[in-house]
Amino acid sequence: MLRLVIAAAIAASAATTVLAQSDVIAQRKDLMKSAGGATRDPGAMLKGEAAFDLAKVQATLATYQNVATKAPALFTDTSKTGGDTSAAPKVWEDMNGFKAAFEKWNADSKAAAAAIKDEASFKANFPNVLKNCGTCHETYRVKKS
Amino acid sequence: MKKFAVVLAVLAALGAAGFWLLTGPATWAMLRGDGNLAPRGVRSTENGRTMFYAGGCASCHASTGQDDKTKLGGGLGLHSPFGTFYVPNISPHPRDGIGSWSQADFIRAMREGVSPDGSHYYPSFPYTSYQRMTPDDIADLFAHIKTLPPVEGRVRDHALPFPVTIRRTLGLWKLAFLDGQTFKPDPAKSSELNRGGYLVEGPGHCVECHSPRTFAGDIPADRRFAGGPDPEGQGGFIPNITPDASGLKAWSKGEIADLLKTGFTPEYDSVGGSMAAVIRNTSQLTDADRAAMAEYLKSLPPRVSPPKPKKGS
Repeated sequence: MLRLVIAAAIAASAATTVLAQSDVIAQRKDLMKSAGGATRDPGAMLKGEAAFDLAKVQATLATYQNVATKAPALFTDTSKTGGDTSAAPKVWEDMNGFKAAFEKWNADSKAAAAAIKDEASFKANFPNVLKNCGTCHETYRVKKS
Repeated sequence: MKKFAVVLAVLAALGAAGFWLLTGPATWAMLRGDGNLAPRGVRSTENGRTMFYAGGCASCHASTGQDDKTKLGGGLGLHSPFGTFYVPNISPHPRDGIGSWSQADFIRAMREGVSPDGSHYYPSFPYTSYQRMTPDDIADLFAHIKTLPPVEGRVRDHALPFPVTIRRTLGLWKLAFLDGQTFKPDPAKSSELNRGGYLVEGPGHCVECHSPRTFAGDIPADRRFAGGPDPEGQGGFIPNITPDASGLKAWSKGEIADLLKTGFTPEYDSVGGSMAAVIRNTSQLTDADRAAMAEYLKSLPPRVSPPKPKKGS
């Protein structure tokens, strides 16, 4: 009987671990997606498909800072694989570099938020913030379809 | 018994001689290829620059451990199921790079996958695509590379298991999988579609990554551009870029061209892995060239993606 209880307890804790790691993967995916979603408006403005809107740009930059602050904690040691993650093993091999990339994105977003006052300063500063996406994904993310 | 041994030895010698004959670059050139190796026009380093970025040379050949993508000292390790290939120095350094090469050497390397000393290159160098380029574009590319800084230092040898180490066997591989034909524009199609086809199939070498390969390392014709597991490992899956529902069907031509310019998908996801380096190159092309590439990708026959491998937990 005791054996059965222990086995059940192990099974339950294993299930919780699996649940927890897919949970954190889902959370970080949602968080990164919120950054992508926030890019839609300024992206359209950069392409000339939407009129410049300072409030929307500032909201996006605030979202970036929020994501950059929260994201690193969601790449836990137990979430290297599973849950259809596209995080590259490099994230854990070089956690310091990975965190530094988020800090740079955060700092660039903050600097852009201070510098952007009108359409001209938006076009001059915003692309610099966007460069962080590709640079970080190049190293820390695997290809995915 | 002695006679039997003699016969066996003769047969072995004939076999070896046959292998040697069959696998030489000259045999390939005689049986395959269109012999289109001589440029006709006047050199343009401006067009060479376009070819350099369309071809993504720096993605593999840029010196490792530094950020200047015009320094082509090589050193990158390409991990593949066949072993690890170390990308050579193609800077115009006369001793360590390709500075002492003739234009003809360079065209032959690009179109036939043969080094100036007559040995076969491994198709990790995508001459299977570069063979589609015209000698004029390749000569312009060579002229452009000559304007870049020479970088000292030779790169280590490839780390390959036997028998992949025998370059001569590549002669057979080439007879099977390298047709040596320059891109043929289709006069019935628009000049934009032909330009896009040339850029995608030739210098762009998109098919080399965006397709599954067989155990022999070739790409089945009916699987071209359909994506598949990342041969560089890490559990990545390379997207299908045909206009199938599992590929780019929902993407407009403008959205594909935008991705090639900015690296952002229509959902403002930013592409990662080695595609980020591809974007650094395609962002240097003209809007017209990116639109042409998009037009061509939209014209491909739709093909379903290979099944995704089950992710381990």
